[in-house]
Amino acid sequence: MNETNIEQAQSMKSAQRTVDVSSVLGDKKKAKRQLDPCIDIQNLNLFYAKDTQALIDINLVIPKQRVTAFIGPSGCGKSSLLRCFNRMNDLVDDCIIKGVVSLDGEDIYQKSVDVADLRRRVGMVFQKPNPFPKSIYENVAYGLRIQGINSKRVLDEAVEKSLKAAALWDEVKDRLNDSALGMSGGQQQRLVIARTIAVEPEVLLLDEPASALDPISTLKIEELINVLKTDYTIVIVTHNMQQAARVSDYTAFMYMGNMVEFDATDIIFTNPQEKQTEDYITGRYG
Amino acid sequence: MNPRAESHSHHISQQFNAELEDVKNHMLEMGGAVEKQISDSLIAITSADSGLASVVLENEDNIDTMEIKIDEECHLILARRQPAASDLRLVLAIIKTVRDLERIGDESAKIARMAIKLAEVGDYPEGIIEFRHLGDRVTRMVNMALDAFARYDAKAALEIAKDDLIVDNEYGSAMRSLITYMMEDPRSISRMLNLLWALRALERIGDHAKNITEHVIYLVKAMDVRHAPLEKIADQF
Repeated sequence: MNETNIEQAQSMKSAQRTVDVSSVLGDKKKAKRQLDPCIDIQNLNLFYAKDTQALIDINLVIPKQRVTAFIGPSGCGKSSLLRCFNRMNDLVDDCIIKGVVSLDGEDIYQKSVDVADLRRRVGMVFQKPNPFPKSIYENVAYGLRIQGINSKRVLDEAVEKSLKAAALWDEVKDRLNDSALGMSGGQQQRLVIARTIAVEPEVLLLDEPASALDPISTLKIEELINVLKTDYTIVIVTHNMQQAARVSDYTAFMYMGNMVEFDATDIIFTNPQEKQTEDYITGRYG
Repeated sequence: MNPRAESHSHHISQQFNAELEDVKNHMLEMGGAVEKQISDSLIAITSADSGLASVVLENEDNIDTMEIKIDEECHLILARRQPAASDLRLVLAIIKTVRDLERIGDESAKIARMAIKLAEVGDYPEGIIEFRHLGDRVTRMVNMALDAFARYDAKAALEIAKDDLIVDNEYGSAMRSLITYMMEDPRSISRMLNLLWALRALERIGDHAKNITEHVIYLVKAMDVRHAPLEKIADQF
């Protein structure tokens, strides 16, 4: 390959790695603006045992300060992929990961990466709310305390700010010292989100954050996601397709370990290009 | 992904398949009823049959009832199923198409009213040939637009949409003929004016048929072609 060809190939490659926003913004002038990548996944393969491949050649760019949803049937690999973003899969025996996952341009699977710091930068919220058996205040302050921050003034401020950001402050400000376990499921989930954002992460990974909640609490979480996306990059895994359609800017459809289609949510839910995607979102036989 | 006519019967929920199939069939039935209204109103004018014109006016209510019923079915599907992608486009295309069908029904009723007035004056040959000619063309347009919907045929829909230009031209030349008749014989003015109103209704039917073809293209190709020039649409097929 001569030099020109190499240059062309490289510029094509970089063009593919930016996200086209024309369909989201719908404005031709703005369409030229391209979003910054936050997480860049290249040729990612994940094996749980030697012959069980959970992710096959995933290439994807998660745009900064946007909500990206992963949808797909159970076992398609969406949670596995999500867990690659903060190296949660390191805790799984026999899990082999090949490929590159970069956060702000830095490969997070480098040996030099401090995994505890990575998990502070990439916070995670699970399906079932998991508050610690401590007071509401201590739950939110926990991450800061393990960072060595003990100043009451700093902690007070951070707790108030995080609870406000998680739309929970007004409901709990008079009972910060009550046990977190006495809260409702929806409140507990928002508390967990407050605990995650107290340590000022860049990315929030939400793994089915509302599937154990009633419709009203679900709406509160969705509203929260909409507010939080101005400050954080959010990646959400959900089985509720209407939820993905409501809260996300981009949607990735996965099937059997493959990334079948990734596009602006508006397109995925009105005119997907792949038959598999259409069959899934409209409830047809696969 | 372009859906095919049978695409809407492959859902895991058989009930959903049945609901979509039913609402589509009801729309096509309404289309059939509207086509009958057009052809009856045309016969009423060309053969000065005020009895048939009255039948058209009586049937007008049935068309309205069908529109309301199909709209209700669509609302229920939206509320219950939250359809996405081609299912969503099908429901939206049906809602829009029944609106156009209802308006075609209204225009047919206008023609029928003119037929009654014309029958009172008696049977005159002038202007009828022009009227019949345009009538045949818009009848064909409506028929083929509904056929394209039933077969999910976007290419055929685009071809039919092109006929609207021919209809507009024929409407213009028919109007000129009618004006000539009026100038030749001022006694024919009131009769020719009635015929002009009927011609105008036919031209409007052509516009609604074109709208239906646009709904078909939206359903099949997910393209909103309402204000786009036809040549540009063809390039994107």
